[in-house]
Amino acid sequence: MSRGLDYEVINENVKRVAYAVRGELYLRASELQKEGKKIIFTNVGNPHALGQKPLTFPRQVVALCQAPFLLDDPHVGMMFPSDAIERARHYLSLTSGGLGAYSDSRGLPGIRKEVAEFIERRDGYPSDPELIYLTDGASKGVMQMLNTIIRNDKDGILVPVPQYPLYSAAISLFGGSLVPYHLEETANWGLDINNLRQSLNEARMNGITVRAMVIINPGNPTGQCLSEANIREILKFCYQQKLVLLADEVYQQNIYQDERPFISSRKILLGMGPPFSKEVQLVSFHTVSKGYWGECGQRGGYFEMTNIPLKTVDEIYKVASISLSPNVPGQIFLGLMVNPPKPGDISYSKFVTESKAILDSLRKRAHIMTNGFNSCRNVVCNFTEGAMYSFPQIKLPPKAIEAAKKAGKVPDVFYCLKLLEATGISTVPGSGFGQKEGVFHLRTTILPAEEDMPAIMDSFKKFNDEFMEQYDDKKGYSRM
Amino acid sequence: MLKSSLEAQNLIINIIKCEYAVRGEIVILAQRLQQELQSNPGSRPFDEILYCNIGNPQSLGQLPITFFREVLALCDHPALLDKDQTHGLFSSDAIDRAWKILDVMPGRATGAYSHSQGIKGLRDLIAAGIAARDGFPANADDIFLTDGASPAVHMMMQLLLRSEKDGILCPIPQYPLYSASIALHGGTLKQLEDARSKGVTVRALVVINPGNPTGQVLAEDNQREIVDFCKKEGLVILADEVYQENIYVDNKKFHSFKKIARSMGYGEEDIALVSFQSVSKADWFTAEVREQIYKIASVNLCSNISGQILASLVMNPPQEGDESFESYVDEKDGILLSLARRAKTLEEAFNSLEGVTCNRAEGAMYLFPRLHLPHKAIEAAKAAKTAPDALYARRLLDATGIVVVPGSGFGQVPGTWHIRCTILPQEDKIPAIVSRLKEFHEAFMAEFRD
Repeated sequence: MSRGLDYEVINENVKRVAYAVRGELYLRASELQKEGKKIIFTNVGNPHALGQKPLTFPRQVVALCQAPFLLDDPHVGMMFPSDAIERARHYLSLTSGGLGAYSDSRGLPGIRKEVAEFIERRDGYPSDPELIYLTDGASKGVMQMLNTIIRNDKDGILVPVPQYPLYSAAISLFGGSLVPYHLEETANWGLDINNLRQSLNEARMNGITVRAMVIINPGNPTGQCLSEANIREILKFCYQQKLVLLADEVYQQNIYQDERPFISSRKILLGMGPPFSKEVQLVSFHTVSKGYWGECGQRGGYFEMTNIPLKTVDEIYKVASISLSPNVPGQIFLGLMVNPPKPGDISYSKFVTESKAILDSLRKRAHIMTNGFNSCRNVVCNFTEGAMYSFPQIKLPPKAIEAAKKAGKVPDVFYCLKLLEATGISTVPGSGFGQKEGVFHLRTTILPAEEDMPAIMDSFKKFNDEFMEQYDDKKGYSRM
Repeated sequence: MLKSSLEAQNLIINIIKCEYAVRGEIVILAQRLQQELQSNPGSRPFDEILYCNIGNPQSLGQLPITFFREVLALCDHPALLDKDQTHGLFSSDAIDRAWKILDVMPGRATGAYSHSQGIKGLRDLIAAGIAARDGFPANADDIFLTDGASPAVHMMMQLLLRSEKDGILCPIPQYPLYSASIALHGGTLKQLEDARSKGVTVRALVVINPGNPTGQVLAEDNQREIVDFCKKEGLVILADEVYQENIYVDNKKFHSFKKIARSMGYGEEDIALVSFQSVSKADWFTAEVREQIYKIASVNLCSNISGQILASLVMNPPQEGDESFESYVDEKDGILLSLARRAKTLEEAFNSLEGVTCNRAEGAMYLFPRLHLPHKAIEAAKAAKTAPDALYARRLLDATGIVVVPGSGFGQVPGTWHIRCTILPQEDKIPAIVSRLKEFHEAFMAEFRD
C-alpha cells in the first residue's frame, strides 16, 4: 500500500508544474556557488540581491512601526526625520494593534484607500478601495485569480509567449489549459491581434473554453511596452470574446524609452466609454517588488478589480479570508510606494535623488546590455523598453543543437549551463518562458551594478564568441 | 451567447463549496455594527465591538515582545546599526542578534527574495531550536518558511488531493482552515471506515495539538496511538502545533509529534510527518517529494523576510545571561499567566450559565462551550433558516457587541450546539464581558425557555 506522500500518489498537477526561474540553472548555479565559484545571479528580478540599496524613507517608517516604543523615546528625533516619524504614527493608527495583528483579509482599509487615491491620480478616474485587495506579493493575487477562473482542463487562459512562467505554473497547478499567443520578435515583441484571434480560434476548435487573457505590460521577459492602440484593440477583443483581462502591470515604473510611456489598461478601458467601460472584466496587478523600490522580500502587492460581479467578489473575499490576512509590513511598504514623500516634505529631496539614480541607472544598463548582446556573434537582442530583463536571441548552430541532444539537454539549457560554468553568469534559458520552435533565447536581468556591467558583457562576449567558433558551421549567419 | 467569464455560476465549484466561518457572516455583521457605532455613538446598548472570534491577540491590546521588535526594526533599517545613538535606544543583545541575522543574509539585503525555503542561516537557527525543544536532531533542509501556516497547509492539500476520491481525516470540531482548504483543493473530509466504504482513499490525518477550538492537550499515550495508527494505515500526519506555547494546566506538557515518533524509534522510512508552527516544517519526505514541495514553493519565490526573521527569533529567544533575558521572561510569563487566568475566568463564567457546559481550555486560545438550547430556540432558528448556534451568536452580538463564532463553523456532533470564544480580550475587560454575557444569556433563556 502506498503511503500518503509517496511520489507515485501525489497530485499529478503538481508534477506538471515547471518554474524555470528557480529551476535547473539556478540549482546548478547554487551548487557551484557552494563549491566556491563566484556566481552572478541574473535569473530573478531581485534588485537588492545585486547591490541596489533600499530607499531610505520607507525603511525608516517601517522600522518605527516594528518598534513603536521608539516613538515614545525623547531621542527619536535625532535618529529619524520628522516626516518618517509622522508617517509611522499614521500607519500605526491605521492598524488595529500594530504590525502583529491580523488585518482585514483584504488588507488594511486605510492603505487600500491610499492605493485607490494613487490609482485615481495616475489615471484620472476614481477607484474603489473595496475592490482593491492587498496580497503577499502580486503572485499570490495572480494565483488566486487563476484558481477562481479555472474549473477544469477545458478552461483555457490566453498567455503571451514568451511569458513569465508564474502563469504557466499556476495554470498547470490548477489543472487548466494554457492557450499561447505569440509575440512578434521582429516587431519588437509586438502584439499582433491576428495572432491572438488565431490562437483563440484554434483553442475553441479543440474544445477549450477560453476564459481569460493575460497581458504583461511592460513585458516579462520581453520588456516591450504596449501602445495605447494595442491595449485598446486587446480590450475590444476581450469585450467581443467575453474574456476577463488579467493585466500584470508590476513593471509600470520601469520604462526606458519615451515613445511609449506606461498607460494602465484600466485608464484606457474607462476612456473607451460604454459599453466597454462597463462590461469588460479587468483585474490589474501591482507590487512593491519591482519599479525602483525592488522590495521583493517584503511580499507586498495588490490587485484591483473592475466590472467583476459582486457575487464573484464575495467568493474571492471568502478565499482570501482563509489565509486571514496579508503580512502587515508588506502592506505598509505598499502604502508608502503609492504615497511617497511629497515636495515640501523633509525626506522628499533625498527620496527623489535615490529614486532617480536607480531609474537613470536602469535605463543606462538597459542600453549597455542590449548593445553588448548585439555586438556578439549570432546574438540578436531587442531593446529593453521596460521591466528588468534582456532576452537576447541566441542563434545556435546545428552542431550545438546536436551536442545538446547528446548531452540530453534542451539546446538553450545546454548553452546556459556552459555559460554558467565558463563565466559564473546564471541566466534562465528561453525555454522556461516559451519561444517559437527552433528559436532560442536566454533571459538575464539588467540588474548587476552599473560598474560591473562592462566586465560582465565582456565575459559573456568572450564565452559566446568562443562557443560559436567551436560549434559554428563556418557558413556564417545573417543578423536578421 | 457567451456568458461573461467571471460570473459566479462559472466559478470553480470548489470555491463555492469552501467556507471559513472565523471571518464569515457574523464577523461581516459585526463590522457593519462597528461602523454604525462610529457614525452614530449611543445607537447600541454597548460602546464597542469585542472581537472574540479570532486568535488575534495584538488586536486586543496584547503587546509584542520587545526584544523581537527591536531586532526586526534593526533588520528593517540596518543604517541604524551604524549610528551611535542606537546603543541608547536598543538593547545590546538585540543589536548583536540583528548583526548575526544580517550576516546570514546574502549581501545583508533584507529586501531581496531569499531561497524559496527561507534563508538558510535562519533555517539552521530554527533547526537548532527544534532540536533543543525535542532532543532529536533537526535538518534545515526539511524546513520551509511560509507566509503564515495557511500557505503551508494549502501546499500540502495541493500535493495530497488528486480528486474528490482523496480524503483527509480531520478532527471534529476542527479549525476550518482544514475543511476550507480540502474543499478548495477538491478533496473530501472524512471519518476512516465511512470514507473507505465510500471508495475514498484516505491520505492524511490532521491533528491539532493543542486543539482549536477545543483547547485540549493530547496525552503522550494518545499521541503514540495516533502515530501507530497512521503508520499502519499509511497516512501522512499533518500536525498543527501552532499553539505549542499556550499551555495552561500543570499536568499536561506539549510534546511535538516529531519527538513522539522519534522516541518510538520511527524514522523517515516509517512515517511522513508535516508539523506546522508559525514556521512550517516538512519532515521525512523522499528527495523526490521534497523536490516537488520546493518547486511549488519556488513559484511564489519566497515568504516575507520579516516573518522569516521573526520565526528564527521565536525558536531562539534570549537565553539566561543575555541583557534582554529577564524582560523577555517577564513579558512572556506575564502574557501566559494572564491567558491562563482569563481561560479559567471565562470557563467558569460559561459554566455558570443555565444550560451551558464548558470544558477546560488546557491550551490554545479558545473556549468552546456547549449550549443546551431550549426547543423554542431551535424552532426559532429553523424559522429564520439559520443554525441554532448562529442564532445565539447573532443575538449575543446584537445585545452585547461580543463576536463569537458559531460551533457549526467548526463541526460538531449533529444536534449539539457550541460557540467558539477566544480568551484574548485584555484582563480588565473580562469582568464586563462576563456580566454582559450573563445578562444576555438570562434574557435569552427567559425568552426561549420551554
